[in-house]
Amino acid sequence: MSNPLADMEKPDVIFCIGTNMTETHPVAATRLKKAMRHGAKLIVADPRRIPLAEKADIYLPLRVGSDVALLGAMAHVIEREGLVDPSFLEERTEGFDKLREHLATFTPEWAESITGVPAADIEQAAIWYGKAERGAIYYTLGITEHICGVDNVQSLCNLVLMTGNIGREGTGINPMRGQNNIQGAGDAGALPNNYPGFQPVTDPAIQKKFAKAWGREVDLEKGITKVRALEECGESIHAMLICGENTLVSDPNRAHCQHALESLEHLVVIDMFVTETAALADVVFPAAAWGEVDGVFTNTERRPQRVRAAVKPQGEAKPDWWIVSGIAKRLGFSGFDWESPKEVFNELCELSETYHGLDWDLVSEGRHHWPVPEKGHPGTPILHIGEFPRGRGLFMTPSYRDPAETIDDEYPTWLTTGRRLAHYHTRTMTGRSVGSEYLVPEELVEVHPDDVVRLGLEDGGLAVMSSRRGEVVVKVEATEQSPRGTVFCSFSFSDVPINALTGSGYDPITDTAELKVCPVRLEAATTQLA
Amino acid sequence: MSAKLTLDGREVLFEEGETIYEIARRSKKDVPTLCYDDRLDPLGACRLCVVELEGARNPVASCTTMATDGMVVRTSTEAIEKHRKTLTELVVSENPRGVEIDPLRGMASQELALLAVRYEADGSRFEGATSGRSRKDDPNPMILRDYDQCISCYRCVRVCAEQEGDYAISVENRGFQTRITTEFAGFLEDSACTFCGQCVQTCPTGALGDLRALQNADVPGEIEKTRSICPYCGVGCSVDILSKDDKLVGVQPAMDGPANEGALCVKGQFAWEWVQHDDRLKTPLVRKDGELVPASWDEAFERAAEGFRGVEAKHGRHAIYAVASGRAPHESAYSVQKFVRAGFGTNYIDNCSRA
Repeated sequence: MSNPLADMEKPDVIFCIGTNMTETHPVAATRLKKAMRHGAKLIVADPRRIPLAEKADIYLPLRVGSDVALLGAMAHVIEREGLVDPSFLEERTEGFDKLREHLATFTPEWAESITGVPAADIEQAAIWYGKAERGAIYYTLGITEHICGVDNVQSLCNLVLMTGNIGREGTGINPMRGQNNIQGAGDAGALPNNYPGFQPVTDPAIQKKFAKAWGREVDLEKGITKVRALEECGESIHAMLICGENTLVSDPNRAHCQHALESLEHLVVIDMFVTETAALADVVFPAAAWGEVDGVFTNTERRPQRVRAAVKPQGEAKPDWWIVSGIAKRLGFSGFDWESPKEVFNELCELSETYHGLDWDLVSEGRHHWPVPEKGHPGTPILHIGEFPRGRGLFMTPSYRDPAETIDDEYPTWLTTGRRLAHYHTRTMTGRSVGSEYLVPEELVEVHPDDVVRLGLEDGGLAVMSSRRGEVVVKVEATEQSPRGTVFCSFSFSDVPINALTGSGYDPITDTAELKVCPVRLEAATTQLA
Repeated sequence: MSAKLTLDGREVLFEEGETIYEIARRSKKDVPTLCYDDRLDPLGACRLCVVELEGARNPVASCTTMATDGMVVRTSTEAIEKHRKTLTELVVSENPRGVEIDPLRGMASQELALLAVRYEADGSRFEGATSGRSRKDDPNPMILRDYDQCISCYRCVRVCAEQEGDYAISVENRGFQTRITTEFAGFLEDSACTFCGQCVQTCPTGALGDLRALQNADVPGEIEKTRSICPYCGVGCSVDILSKDDKLVGVQPAMDGPANEGALCVKGQFAWEWVQHDDRLKTPLVRKDGELVPASWDEAFERAAEGFRGVEAKHGRHAIYAVASGRAPHESAYSVQKFVRAGFGTNYIDNCSRA
């Protein structure tokens, strides 16, 4: 997030797109509700009539995967209505003339034909955001899990740069990170292109720094993403270490994923449970859990915070870092002689530019937002004040593209996927918690009542849902939360492995899977089975 | 701060907009409350926070009275204390006597019990009608609705509306007929309730209780609190993990958590039983004759290392890949990427953010 969570109570116009925040980040959503009580306007764009949409002043029910068209049209209107911030454009950005030219054809009427959102509503939303004193954008995977995820983010950046809604309190562009420490995993360098602190692996000076720190030559080339690595399993990749991820259930295209992991010569998994993924491994190590380990998580607002052990680990379970260093030492690797998580974290801080001013003791109260470049630095709650990392903000010119697969006679319904409030990811944790299981005991495919009738389904009956990659049998729930022509499922239940269907395409730059769009066919299970 | 008032004989500076209660509290005065929750608009219903204000005919509720320049306030006089004692006796008379409220019910659950001790109010002075009727029929396994303990402070209703914006619960009737209820007086599950548990944690009597934590009421040992961060989404809510010896017995929100300021959701509040679930993997496993079987650490380390060594020898270092977790702490991700980079000398590392 460019701005801290506390800022969510301060905008006068809030634009939420591709975020089912009341279910996926409920506590952050309480802050938006407070802003609204103080009079803020809420614009919500989402294909589903999610709870946040019910609270919106304008709800933009766009067709799945049509975000670039919607956002381009909003930019078009902001420019047409003279709502751009001329001094911000002049002082902080470049490339606006090119964007203006590019946006000429992005009329609201054209966007209506792509998105299904009435042109008048697109105009109103654009005018509100364009006129905002403090306009803030919030998004989640509904923006990024598309083949055009980068285009979507760039389209949002254009809105921010045109209106100068960045680098100030209560504004900004704010991706809500979905996992407790997904920010921290990136910060710690678990990326194929970056060392800890987002230092590029291809930068010679950085290479030198790490070669010196670790006392060995380092690879000069970027690595490959996990998506590519799974494709290469059995081809060029033959061994994997998977730490705390139930890849088989969480990743797209389950059949492909299973085949990939099975074709490895050697698979080592570190996990708290024998997950579906761990069951395929050659060696499984028992990981100590949350509540059993000391460590650091960094949240979505770039705030490193301490987690603490309250109870002893179950059985012989050990912290991940201890397990990894055990394997490393067995392989004769040096530099793995840590005796505490504090030593590991302090080594990370030493080598990271964003954490350089932090250490184990300094994060104990979670007072800093990174970057914290040196000791004594107060941290950086708001990014991009006065200047962007590259200097001027650069307008990009993304064009609308169809999703990787579009609906046709064979697969005439859009499937979109996500989470529900009571469960988390593949249910390794919430599936073993009485309350969550009570609230949501099974997977349901959410179908508009008209579609239930049209497709010959029954509310509460079973349906076979198939895509070009696989099929699942799932119980039907008739609900107006789904628009006509689009259905929704979570990926939480292993007995309804929704990722058997997904995996139609990937963003060419980030390799992020298009998990939000998948054409499917639904039939009543009885006719299919008969 | 330009304005000042006299508080128990001493001058105190204050900001415009501060209430007498806020000033008294930050001046370390022990003014009792029952219907007060920092995060909510003050209601002034319980009257326990009354103070003497010079020039006012009756004591005033300090939580709803804005401080003005030159006020002279006394927070604890004989008359005020007597008044508070009577109020506490009235409130206590509402509740069944002799019920011990386990602190696992909720973080504020001891407030009334502590006041009763402070004012020696055992409920015997006033007898008669009581309000609140428990909903023992509500089948949800998270929130106990023991309204026999309810004193109609409305903190649950207010936190649901003001803090959560959910408006799932409301007040029905008045006086001794007062009931805390949901739309159509049904079960919580059929209301707008999201089971965030905020009502449970603000309840000052334990009328609302954490049923997951209460499963451990009979576990021997003192409750210890360990400050940590919720393990679910990226908001990073601060929590206190409750434990008795090595048994995890509950989770409560941290009011001073910078990301959440006391709020939590259904997962962070109630979904922690997996930590000590029987399914937890307790030893290393290695595959033998096609089956995963328990092994010693030594054997597991050797098998893991041997496999990587073999693949590296046969296919080269770029045949090995690692995936770090977005769920585990930094030390996990850092060690895994170092394993790949400093160990094998490649950048064949990623985390689970792309799927």
